[in-house]
Amino acid sequence: MSLILIFLSSGLFLGWSLGANDAANIFGTAVGTKMLRFRTAAIVGSVFVIIGAVLSGAGASHTLGKLGTVDAMAGSFTVAFAAAFTVFWMTRMKLPVSTSQAVVGAIIGWNMFAGRATDATALTKIVTTWVVCPVLAGIFSFSLFFLVKYLLKFSRMSIIRQDSYTRVALLLVGAFGAYSLGANNIANVMGVFISVSPFPDVTIAGLFSLSSVQLLFLLGGVAIAVGIFTYSKRVMMTVGNSIFKLSPVAAFIVVLASSLVLFLFASSELQVWLSSHNLPGWPLVPVSSSQAVVGAVLGIGLAKSGKNIDFKVIGRIGTGWIATPIAAGILSFIFLFIMQNLFMQPVFS
Amino acid sequence: MSLLFSQTSQIEGDIETLLDSISNSVMMFSEAVKNYLNDENDIFLKRMQEVKILESAVDELRRQIRYKLYTKMLIPESRGDMLSLLENIDNVIDRAEEVLIQFEIQKPKFPKVLNKDIMDLVEASCKAADFTVMAGRGYIKNSDMINDYINKTYFYEHEADKVENRIKRKLFGSDEIVSDLAEKMHLSKFVELIGKLSDDSQDVCERLSVATIKRSI
Repeated sequence: MSLILIFLSSGLFLGWSLGANDAANIFGTAVGTKMLRFRTAAIVGSVFVIIGAVLSGAGASHTLGKLGTVDAMAGSFTVAFAAAFTVFWMTRMKLPVSTSQAVVGAIIGWNMFAGRATDATALTKIVTTWVVCPVLAGIFSFSLFFLVKYLLKFSRMSIIRQDSYTRVALLLVGAFGAYSLGANNIANVMGVFISVSPFPDVTIAGLFSLSSVQLLFLLGGVAIAVGIFTYSKRVMMTVGNSIFKLSPVAAFIVVLASSLVLFLFASSELQVWLSSHNLPGWPLVPVSSSQAVVGAVLGIGLAKSGKNIDFKVIGRIGTGWIATPIAAGILSFIFLFIMQNLFMQPVFS
Repeated sequence: MSLLFSQTSQIEGDIETLLDSISNSVMMFSEAVKNYLNDENDIFLKRMQEVKILESAVDELRRQIRYKLYTKMLIPESRGDMLSLLENIDNVIDRAEEVLIQFEIQKPKFPKVLNKDIMDLVEASCKAADFTVMAGRGYIKNSDMINDYINKTYFYEHEADKVENRIKRKLFGSDEIVSDLAEKMHLSKFVELIGKLSDDSQDVCERLSVATIKRSI
């Protein structure tokens, strides 16, 4: 069991860093501008991240599984470790990085090392989604900006009342954002461990049952929650006060727009509903919440006036799409080689 | 959650009361000056007393609002703007009180021939103050009218300046109305004092227009 925990540790570390960084995308402005207390944000964020991961995490993980099914525990550890190391290293180099893109690169690295073919259709779907994600978030926030502006004008409420409603709205949209983040991004954290999950299916008090994968996601969700509680506060203060200086109402729009995107790319229920009504669906893919947020902020910038747009930001996101998976892929390949030949652990079966 | 909304209603009520008091004090000020010019000293003193009471009540309300905004963590984004608005709008009632007190202490002797001009000045200054209170209310209520009120304040401030200069020209232009230079200076100081009411109003509106831009999404 202890060996299993050691092998899972790289995934748990990925979860921790996701909680530390991405929770700020959801609650950063709310906490940074003192609209919400950090404790409230952390509790709501943690609970909903776990719920999202356990209940709706399967969809995006499935697509990641199609890209490559890592079938040995040491292999899963190394792939997650390579992704985590890439995120850590690129963050230190101040390069734009997303866990989603690092994990995909690391899986492809494993495919190459194990001599498995990479499913080109799955890869195309995933990469297309990366591009669509910030664009869609931008379109959503652009539209929401005018809707909210109209509603505020129409409602004629005092600034103090508006402030109270904004506070409640930030909490609600934060809960939705955390749920979507858990549902969409748990695949990054625990996706590579699915086929080697060491847990049995369990039924709790005869009331509800959790599958082996759901238990794995629960563990990953808890790791994200730990990341939120232990490290996200300082990231939130930075996001709230310096990088994206947003008003609380604009923050509500940004969080809602980016959460909607994460939700759309994670919800199996929505896909089932769409296909049952003969409507076209889209792939469920883990996407970058940070890039969704950047897209949403740009959307608001465009809605206000196109003058404030910093096109360098868009260039940096584009660079991340290419640099991150390549770096993670190469690192994954090297680490797998070391794991197999130095530590004598089977990395594929 | 219900606690949050009850605090919201409470503070909304406090701000409404504060703005009403300022608006009343402005009307009272205008009437008091009219009473003074018409030699109705008893009524003048009564009105001055009422303005003093309103001024103290406004100070107390302002302190309570500041306390509530900070301890109950309300409107963290714009509470700085809100407090500076309330403090500056408070200068208007302070000024009204100060002018009346100086009338009572120094007892300036305005020749009757200037009464109409003085009342024109009081009216322009009070209108500037009135529209400032409306602009303040507009800011708090997120009204579209706020820019109209700000513009009207600027207009009446300008009018007050014109009347102020007209009176000074009459005072200093010849010795027919007042012959003694010391008296001319004394009366001119009171003309400036009344005009300050509109200057204070203009200051509030300048801050308001910045605060309004900051409040857009």
